[in-house]
Amino acid sequence: MNPLIETVGLTRVLPAAVPVTLVQDITLTIGASEFVAITGPSGSGKSSLLYLLGLLDKPSAGTLTIEGRDTAGLSERERAGIRLETLGFVFQFHFLLPEFTVRENVEIPMRRLGRLGATAMRERSTELLSTLGLADHLDKRPDQLSGGQRQRVAVARALANDPPLILADEPTGSLDSKNSEQVFVILDALVRERGKTVIAVTHDTEIAARASRRINLVDGRLADRWAAG
Amino acid sequence: MRLILALALTHIRGRGRQTLVAVIGVALGVGFSIAMAALMQGGEDDFVARLVDTMPHVDITDEYRNARRQPAQDAFAVVHIAGLRPKDDRRGILNPTEAVAMLRAWVPGRLALSLKTQGVVRYSGRDVGIGIIGIEPRGEMKVSSLAKDFRQGSFTSLIAGGNNIIVGDRLAQRLGAELGATVTVVSSTGQSRAFKIVGLFHTGTTARDEGEGYVLLKNAQILSERPNAINEIRLKLDDPAAAPQVARRAEAQLGYKAMAWQEANESLLQALVIRNVIMYTVVGAILLVAGFGIFNIISTITHEKARDIAILKSLGFTETDMRRLFLLEGMALGAGGSLIGWAFGFLLCLALSLVRFELSGASVAQEITRLPLAWSIWHYLIAAGFALVSAGVAGYLPARQAARLNPVDIIRGAT
Repeated sequence: MNPLIETVGLTRVLPAAVPVTLVQDITLTIGASEFVAITGPSGSGKSSLLYLLGLLDKPSAGTLTIEGRDTAGLSERERAGIRLETLGFVFQFHFLLPEFTVRENVEIPMRRLGRLGATAMRERSTELLSTLGLADHLDKRPDQLSGGQRQRVAVARALANDPPLILADEPTGSLDSKNSEQVFVILDALVRERGKTVIAVTHDTEIAARASRRINLVDGRLADRWAAG
Repeated sequence: MRLILALALTHIRGRGRQTLVAVIGVALGVGFSIAMAALMQGGEDDFVARLVDTMPHVDITDEYRNARRQPAQDAFAVVHIAGLRPKDDRRGILNPTEAVAMLRAWVPGRLALSLKTQGVVRYSGRDVGIGIIGIEPRGEMKVSSLAKDFRQGSFTSLIAGGNNIIVGDRLAQRLGAELGATVTVVSSTGQSRAFKIVGLFHTGTTARDEGEGYVLLKNAQILSERPNAINEIRLKLDDPAAAPQVARRAEAQLGYKAMAWQEANESLLQALVIRNVIMYTVVGAILLVAGFGIFNIISTITHEKARDIAILKSLGFTETDMRRLFLLEGMALGAGGSLIGWAFGFLLCLALSLVRFELSGASVAQEITRLPLAWSIWHYLIAAGFALVSAGVAGYLPARQAARLNPVDIIRGAT
């Protein structure tokens, strides 16, 4: 079976008068059921790497293969399709749509995919939110929830279309330690119980230590050979 | 697509006051356009109706469109004949009985014969030059709009026979004559007859009220010394729009110049076209201004919702989705504005149709007139169509910008 993600020499340079290199020559392979923590000091290119892996940004050089598909020649529409079905994002800030209820927020990716009927979507969103302990908040708006609750809604939304890969950008960065722990446990459970792969950018050393694998970046490069696996 | 629509409506609803301003802007534009179109069209229809009403639809006169070929031109095979004196033509429509019979056979409408000649009316030492029109009262009544312009007497006063004349009220005023007065009419051929005024009309057109006198055809023929002659056949058609075709056929059949009312008033009708162009330009400008309102609100929403755009893109929405979303928002504003504008335009027209004003002429009793308004579904459709197009354009530019937004820039900016 193809690895979930495979990169060879992935490089991203911001074109400018003095070009800024965000990430350079990243070669790694990530398979199913891994909890990968990307760590490194500020400005080391952790998030940039995550955006590249999440197809939100395009590499300047190198190749990125997702589920055996080379992403280089894909159209904007095809990249959006991969984001919709294969990837789920969780950002540092919850990034929920403020005008929609919790349930609607979770259902938006499902509606975009259009594979489920209205009742099926309702069942799935209820189930997802219930397992994340939000059964009582289905029809509330995001601003009526606490930070931890919102982040859990964001996780539920990332899982909406049941993608094999969850990309998390500082998922606990704006949470207190109790809520951080809760979110980590949820992500960890996704890997252990549902066979998902989670790639999380974090500078929380505790989370990094508990991840199944750690990729350390320094100045946009992989810091140790061990991480490349 | 329904999802995009739901997102679009949520965005619009989120900006209540601005949305209201943009929608009202479009509504005012659409409403005023409709009212203006109704007024302009109404004015035009009214004008044309008056024109069509007072004029014969087709006027056949004893003239030719091109100069007649002279016998010498046929007799000699030369390039050019200089100093040719044209043969005297007998004036008038030749063989009127046959011509009228031919026309009666196919013309869809009514016709009247007349003989026009020039003369002078003399009364109490005053002379006024007039056009003397010899008519058959029965036929004339069916063709001429004059029948309803009589102040005193009517065409029937002529039927009885005798030397009677009907003149305009202004002419009578200038002569100092009244109904029943006997005036002397001297024709251009020198014939002089005494006529009794049996009718006075007032058309509102000074040239006619001051310069026309109607007598029996017979009398006109005597005055002009042309027994049995006529020089004009006027047609009133059931369908005025068919006039050009009828005129062409009549001209081909009789050889005389037959002029449809459209041809006779070409310059006026052209002026109406120009008026329409001006109207639609102004209407377009109004809606364009409304379009800027839409552009403004969509731009604002795009800026404010940059984060939403980034989120939606990260969730797997395409650039096309984003473009559609904001285009739809513009169209929704345009559509909402159009609907309210329809209601507003309708009410405006209703209000205008209730306006009454009084026109008073010098010697005329007051006439009460309403604003001429035309009701047409097309005004509504065109105004709404234009509003939607400008809304689409106004929404498209920010929409394109929104679609191009790079989510990474926004996510980075937020963290």
